[in-house]
Amino acid sequence: MTIKKFMMVNRKAPYGTVYALESLEVVLIAAAFEQDVSLAFLDDGVYQLKKGHQTKGVEMKAFEKTYGALEDYDVTKLYVDQESLAGRGLTADDLCVPVEIMSRADLGKRMEEQDVLLSF
Amino acid sequence: MKFAILINEGPYTHQASDSAYQFAKAVLAKGHEIFRIFFYHDGVNNATRLTTPPQDDRNIVNRWSKLAEEHKLDMVVCVAAAQRRGIVDEGEAKRNGKDATNLAPGFRISGLGQLIEAGIQADRMVTFGD
Repeated sequence: MTIKKFMMVNRKAPYGTVYALESLEVVLIAAAFEQDVSLAFLDDGVYQLKKGHQTKGVEMKAFEKTYGALEDYDVTKLYVDQESLAGRGLTADDLCVPVEIMSRADLGKRMEEQDVLLSF
Repeated sequence: MKFAILINEGPYTHQASDSAYQFAKAVLAKGHEIFRIFFYHDGVNNATRLTTPPQDDRNIVNRWSKLAEEHKLDMVVCVAAAQRRGIVDEGEAKRNGKDATNLAPGFRISGLGQLIEAGIQADRMVTFGD
């Protein structure tokens, strides 16, 4: 099978909308198709990776653990926009998984390398 | 060129489906091919045949069905997203014990693998969303 570079671009906070959850579903299927998958987190999308999701009060299923399980699907390329992170008072220590934090310009270069960009 | 189109928003609230429709028509008019149109997130709501917009407004759902029929387009609705939002064909109704179906002509319900396959097969994947 042809292997293409897929990047899922996550720009929205988790739970406020369904995009983050349904983006993860695409990630898992792309991984099952043995594609070269990476994830980018920018804008409020960086909140998806914030440690300690507490969703009991809003009666939604927490999916923080799925980010930790991505490694099991050989999805290890997680890129975070430094500017989005800093702008929200967050650092790498606040995140639930190891990521590569990079400048917006470098993230743009990674995007240019992709075959398919899916923005959620 | 071979295009794939991803539509992530429902009809009327967002312009995404309108823009995707105009884009699809332009692509076809230029002689390009559309490998597949995939409906995800609230985009699955573009596939309900029960939509009844005011008579002086565009009928987004019927417009898609007509375009699909004219150009033999493959329009796929994500099954998981459709189940969450109540978009049902006969197979799904039977499987999930529902008493009605609402999938419009020209659409079919299938899995996210169809989106990934479209990404692999097409030269360009174009997303229409919020």
